[in-house]
Amino acid sequence: MVEWSEKERSIINNIFSNLDYEDVGAKALIRCLIVYPWTQRYFASFGNLYNAEAISANPKVAAHGVKVLHGLDRAVKNMDNIKATYAELSVLHSEKLHVDPDNFKVHKHLLLLSFNKMISNAFSIPLQLLSDCLTIVIAGKLGSAFTPEVQAAFQKFVAVVVSALGKQYH
Amino acid sequence: MVDNSEQTSTGKMTTLSAKDKNIVKDFWAKVAGREEQIGCDALSRMLTVYPQTKTYFSHWKDLSPGSDPVRKHGATIIAAVADAVSKMDDLTGGLLSLSELHAFTLRVDPANFKVLSHNVLVVLSTMFPDDFSPEVHVAMDKFLAAVALALSEKYR
Repeated sequence: MVEWSEKERSIINNIFSNLDYEDVGAKALIRCLIVYPWTQRYFASFGNLYNAEAISANPKVAAHGVKVLHGLDRAVKNMDNIKATYAELSVLHSEKLHVDPDNFKVHKHLLLLSFNKMISNAFSIPLQLLSDCLTIVIAGKLGSAFTPEVQAAFQKFVAVVVSALGKQYH
Repeated sequence: MVDNSEQTSTGKMTTLSAKDKNIVKDFWAKVAGREEQIGCDALSRMLTVYPQTKTYFSHWKDLSPGSDPVRKHGATIIAAVADAVSKMDDLTGGLLSLSELHAFTLRVDPANFKVLSHNVLVVLSTMFPDDFSPEVHVAMDKFLAAVALALSEKYR
């Protein structure tokens, strides 16, 4: 089990309660697709990703980035059991995430797997790349307030989340 | 997908294109005067966020963020990075003696180059939020990776 100090909890809660999800979520995913262009392979259906300008202007990318960032919310509220949080997510997936199966016509069979197995099989490495970009975007937002101590707590939190998502084998 | 028109036959991952080099040069000109702060901050972050890296500095009295030895050594490191910017057309040749130093004397595990690079990027993001765009980020990331590769040349 991961131990959190009071200071770390306060740092994480502070960051997320003051977070502009629309801005940070979009920017993090946009940055990921530009800095690590091979991650674009997961977004073939998103339209124009031809260059940095197109990616930055793509509304599907922005919307998805926000969605992914909100995916961290439950972990923030359940820091003492992040692993279980993402195990539960498969049950709530269809209700909360409102994913339209028609958007996944080609990969319909993947929906039969739990959300988590899909995540863990395919996404644990790119999730690390996305979390590095998220760190950089939040650093840019917070400036000097993103002290080494804050960075340590944030990177620890994101690493626990990525690790928990990677462990959801059924 | 991605615009590959600038891809050379030697590949895009490790070879710096002319565009990459110009972006790095332009951005580095903007950070002029604040190099020491960048070096100190990046090193401070590395020692705090990745405490296993402290092992290389066990001879220092004080490893806390911004301490004298951290500030001094941060300045040394960043001066070398600035020098690498000027030697971008031949990093392997330009960083030869530094590579020998790291390989034979310091024996820093090359995995740590990536760790320090990440922290340099974080610092650049905090200090230059408007200039550190995704395009600058990818160019700087490639540049630092190329520096790390040149530093690793003499290891084995």
